[in-house]
Amino acid sequence: MTNKFWMAIAALLLAGCVTINIYFPAAAAEKAADKIINEVWQLKDGETAGDTGDTPDKPATKPGATK
Amino acid sequence: MKLHFLRVLFICLMSVASAALAAADLEINTPAITTLKNSMQQRHSQLAPHYTSGAVGLTRDGQIVLRDANAVPLPQRQAINSLVGAENQDRSALYLEIARANQHPEWESEIRSTFAGRWIEKAQPGWWVQDNQGGWKKK
Repeated sequence: MTNKFWMAIAALLLAGCVTINIYFPAAAAEKAADKIINEVWQLKDGETAGDTGDTPDKPATKPGATK
Repeated sequence: MKLHFLRVLFICLMSVASAALAAADLEINTPAITTLKNSMQQRHSQLAPHYTSGAVGLTRDGQIVLRDANAVPLPQRQAINSLVGAENQDRSALYLEIARANQHPEWESEIRSTFAGRWIEKAQPGWWVQDNQGGWKKK
């Protein structure tokens, strides 16, 4: 009886290990995405692009100007 | 016998703990990922005006697309096409590299859709983004 009990526990935990390993870590992925996007768009944490005040580009050249 | 199972239990608990720790963060510090990141960062200054003009929009699948070629002056159209193409190549490579760096290449599409949501979430007001139905809206 106790053997069966422990065996069941071990099996459950083993299944748990496998589940954790194949389960997509959505929160970690979001965190990683945010980190990379912040670097690519040169944002500080929690900002949207353009809020940083740095304008590496030249928005003066209005693309719509030439019709 | 019971001792044996306790040992199994302990080993299992340890692997659960290590798996949980590993899941806390995704590996994104590999040379390949850093190279892609730098390349995209440099390209961004050229793309930013086109996001603002609405010529280029962020798609729901984590890419960018030239959605309004008329917003780009004719002489620049060739350049913007190759910019968009290069950016999309880097983005796809980035998603795959992150999946690979974490020993789960099959995570690529989930990483892609995670990024898609985050790019759109972090896009500047005025930029064009695609909704889940594929329609375009200005943020």
